[in-house]
Amino acid sequence: MTTVAEPQTARETAFVDNDLHPVGHGRMLRKEDPRFVRGRGHYLDDVQLPGMLHLAILRSPLAHARITSIDITAAQAHPKVKLVVTGAMLAEKNLAWMPTLSNDVQAVLATDKVRFQGQEVAFVVAEDRYAARDALELIDVTYEELRPVIDARHALDPDAPVIRDDLKDKKDNHIFDWETGDKDATEKVFAAADVVVTQDMAYPRVHPAPMETCGAVADFDSVNGKLTLYSTTQAPHAHRTLYAIVAGLPEHKIRVISPDIGGGFGNKVPIYPGYVCAIVASLLTDKPVKWMEDRSENLTSTSFARDYVMHGEIAATKDGKILAIRTHVLADHGAFNGQAAPVKYPAGFFGVFCGSYDLEAAYAHQTAVYTNKAPGGVAYACSFRITEAVYLVERMVDCLAFELGVDPVELRRKNLLRPEQFPYTTKTGWVYDSGDYVATLDEALRIAGYDELRREQAAKRERGELMGIGISTFTEAVGAGPRKDMDILGLGMNDGCELRIHPTGKATVRLSVQTQGQGHETTFAQIVGEELGIPPADIEVVHGDTDQTPFGLGTYGSRSTPVSGAAAALVARKIRDKARIIASGMLEVSVADLEWDKGSFRVAGDPGKAVTIQEIAMRAHGAGDLPEGLEGGLDAEVCYNPSNLTYPNGAYICVVDVDPGTGKVTVRRFIAVDDCGTRINPMIIEGQVHGGLADGIGMALMEMISFDEDGNCLSGSLMDYLLPTALEVPAFETGFTVTPSPHHPIGAKGVGESATVGSPPAVVNAVIDALRPYGVRHADMPLTPSRVWEAMQGTVQPPI
Amino acid sequence: MQVPAPFEYERATSVDGAIGLLERLGDTAKLVAGGHSLLPMMKLRLANFEYLIDINDLHGDLGYITFTAEEVRIGAMTRHREIAESAELLAVFPIFADAEQVIADPVVRNRGTIGGSLCQADPAEDLSAVCTTLGASCVIRGSGGERVVPMAEFHRGPYETAVGTTEMLTEVRFPIRPYAGSAYEKVERRAGDWAVAAAGAAVWLSSEPRGSRGRTDSENDGHDVVLADARVGLAAVGPNTVEIPSISAALRGQTPSEELYARAGELAAQNCHPVTDPRGSADYKRHLADELTRRALRRAVQRATDQVRS
Ligand SMILES: Cc1cc2nc3c(=O)[nH]c(=O)nc-3n(C[C@H](O)[C@H](O)[C@H](O)COP(=O)(O)OP(=O)(O)OC[C@H]3O[C@@H](n4cnc5c(N)ncnc54)[C@H](O)[C@@H]3O)c2cc1C
Repeated sequence: MTTVAEPQTARETAFVDNDLHPVGHGRMLRKEDPRFVRGRGHYLDDVQLPGMLHLAILRSPLAHARITSIDITAAQAHPKVKLVVTGAMLAEKNLAWMPTLSNDVQAVLATDKVRFQGQEVAFVVAEDRYAARDALELIDVTYEELRPVIDARHALDPDAPVIRDDLKDKKDNHIFDWETGDKDATEKVFAAADVVVTQDMAYPRVHPAPMETCGAVADFDSVNGKLTLYSTTQAPHAHRTLYAIVAGLPEHKIRVISPDIGGGFGNKVPIYPGYVCAIVASLLTDKPVKWMEDRSENLTSTSFARDYVMHGEIAATKDGKILAIRTHVLADHGAFNGQAAPVKYPAGFFGVFCGSYDLEAAYAHQTAVYTNKAPGGVAYACSFRITEAVYLVERMVDCLAFELGVDPVELRRKNLLRPEQFPYTTKTGWVYDSGDYVATLDEALRIAGYDELRREQAAKRERGELMGIGISTFTEAVGAGPRKDMDILGLGMNDGCELRIHPTGKATVRLSVQTQGQGHETTFAQIVGEELGIPPADIEVVHGDTDQTPFGLGTYGSRSTPVSGAAAALVARKIRDKARIIASGMLEVSVADLEWDKGSFRVAGDPGKAVTIQEIAMRAHGAGDLPEGLEGGLDAEVCYNPSNLTYPNGAYICVVDVDPGTGKVTVRRFIAVDDCGTRINPMIIEGQVHGGLADGIGMALMEMISFDEDGNCLSGSLMDYLLPTALEVPAFETGFTVTPSPHHPIGAKGVGESATVGSPPAVVNAVIDALRPYGVRHADMPLTPSRVWEAMQGTVQPPI
Repeated sequence: MQVPAPFEYERATSVDGAIGLLERLGDTAKLVAGGHSLLPMMKLRLANFEYLIDINDLHGDLGYITFTAEEVRIGAMTRHREIAESAELLAVFPIFADAEQVIADPVVRNRGTIGGSLCQADPAEDLSAVCTTLGASCVIRGSGGERVVPMAEFHRGPYETAVGTTEMLTEVRFPIRPYAGSAYEKVERRAGDWAVAAAGAAVWLSSEPRGSRGRTDSENDGHDVVLADARVGLAAVGPNTVEIPSISAALRGQTPSEELYARAGELAAQNCHPVTDPRGSADYKRHLADELTRRALRRAVQRATDQVRS
């Protein structure tokens, strides 16, 4: 494996020497970083167009209220204001409501009622951002306050106010019921089991909080009828199709450009009312219009994540063989069901709650409800609800260990799936592709020095000090997905890839997925480089522009490498096949006599006779003859439909110290061993893992979008919604095992969300382990000093 | 980007000039020092003013830390960072070092001032708690001259002070007494966050010959350790930072011991008025008032003892 030498000068950073880099997989600096670290990134707010106007949105101060009147005359009279639009005005154009990603509808601007604090009520377009914001204060809205539903646990109470009276015949706040697994078989196993442990737990509402908030610049050209929309989207193609369907604009006249994106984490998967408002404003003013939300708007109105109230049950024999898991989940979807998940999976991939264990039975039932809180759901690096599933199973296993009085590592080791069991079909029907879970666990234990840690803990307990060790052995399910099972609003979850080899042997690869920091411009160049022997520096990766890239569903759910990465490898192989035919002509041998040697074809048995891929590229475009029947050029395209998801796994160990006097938790060590199959760029993988671990520590210890009983959001700034900093996370210790995916062309499984999914239970398990002397078996996140201290007193309540 | 409502902007070039502007503009105007408390509120449009009077040019006049035998004087425009980097100040009052380490982040500390901290009158303000603990007094100037107000009278409720709309705070004074030790203890949910609760302690020892009273501290080079005086100040457990006189009364004249700290902690818990909020429950904050009071006293006494020894 090639290591990266430190560049000596600024000049070297810009013109990196290819020799420092692997041709293909291996550690190399990210191609996109020079522009980011030098401030040359081009984010949404950097888009400046001639004559551009600015849009600001008036939002509801109340969680639940009927709008009785809106007076916009004063705002219209503001000298810099060009346009003021209300829901009633949108309704005239049939644009007041839009479909969500879950076949619900969401108000673009409220017409009848406001249903959460922060909901869009009207918008102003003005000459500058300040004037637009000032004019909002000139709009006079009168509301008739209604009782809100804030706690999902009371959403289905008979006297609960009906939030969605816009829906025909809607008489309650119920969205759906969903179940998976075999209820009766599970009941039988539970009835006969030696040990049954039950535990209620909540996964609080959290927010992705990307550094860049959401925004759009809509630029409608009334002469040629073309709309160009710059927007912070993780899925430019899917968005374009949805705009075409909703707004009635022809799809070929829409161009969606996703410029550099300052973090997505799922927050930039949905279409927000603000994007639609910007489009409407550009249509009405015939000018480019920018909408860029501020931090508070992002935290209070855009897609949240989690908000699951879970009841878990685990059945086992008395010697610790886990038999079955059962759960009931109450899911809070906010005021509109804006969850982003494949249509057939209303609970996302929560069905993988069987975890990494060999069970006899499993069953889950879920009820989803409306509340007067911001809509959305799923968002935040969770692989479609696997975060919740992993949290449930990894907490339940620890609760079982607690009751049985056994070491949580030994309990896991006894129940982990064995390599020979793969492909393994879980009791909820998911087919895990591959893994060597015990090997991954053993590697984590080795790095941690587990036995020594337990000895240290025992000594500390003697002295009254609180130290905890938490384990999580999780299975992820990513790479959605096979088109027979998975679509979003009817769009199959496949991804295209186009590859052009230019005459001089340089290449351009065009992706349907979009990077928000994951390093696609490097990883995809490496994938193609590995297949064709072209240095990654010679491969330009184009993404995020629907006019320049093939169709596909975008980047979320850790799907880029499993889906688009496969497409990139396959399109390169297609080119290699054609290159082989051209090479056979150039070397005057039959195709069968050629051997591929990463970057050139050689004649078998005569290694001196060879042509490089660059020579072949010139021949493909050149004047000379090509073999009979072969077209010129060296371009290809594929659309990849995965046959299954990929299933990365990991073993995480967290070590914490808890101050017995204050309840304050310090994460002292975090060991993360990931198996994501083939590793393309280990440095990028480590970066993804580091970020995800920080996310996980944040959720476990401090993050939560909370509300008061009137539905006021109490987390509307980053002073209130706490994100972890470098001071709250330790120096991470990462490791790996490699079990390639058998069905993926290069065996890669994806790793983008593994750490976010796998780390929260490790942290919570560690804190609970530290509190063992107090007899604590469970406490809900976020484990703030206050909540930890209350757990020690036996008074901790679930978070609301 | 969050943008404040429109306002006019003036730069004061002298203290009298600033006061003159305040008199002319009345309560439509607000002074801005470091701006780290005021501007976030303006950006959230929780506070709107017609005029901002920028007093940063007064840093030359009001940015200082001076020492006399009886007193330390800190100018209102002295920045967090200048306080944190004054070795002389930290030697006299190590409590500043403890507090400054846990106030916000370097960006805020580079600009935020002691005057702004006190005038913000946030119940969780760490420097206010330090001033409360040390029994500081505040010099307030108006066109009619100066008046000096003790900390106990400076804060009039959350976000309210004794400074009138046409006055400004110019200086904070701290009495120096011998054999002092001080310390600050804060629990926050995350680095840079406001206190869930915090406690400051300041103690002054009387160094008397061995055996004259109380127990002998073997570590103390033959001196008996008796508390001549002690003060505890709490943050984030009431409408303002508060000093607890009953603790001083209970500690004065006593020999430091774990039992004594426990008694002080108990009094702190009894005399505070925390509320439940996302930072923590009222019960927890009450517990912290106790726990952190004990810790701060323990550390303050240790520091004072070290001083007596040297
Ligand atoms: C992210 C962040 C985190 C923070 N965390 C903490 C923390 O953990 N602990 C903590 O204690 N503080 C914290 N702060 C506040 C910080 O310490 C502020 O700098 C300080 O509270 C105010 O000082 P300033 O000079 O910025 O005041 P400004 O914001 O300029 O002014 C605050 C108020 O005081 C008035 N004022 C200022 N100077 C005078 C004067 N001389 N006379 C009369 N009135 C005056 C202003 O009119 C205004 O009303 C934080 C701030 C931020 C932004």
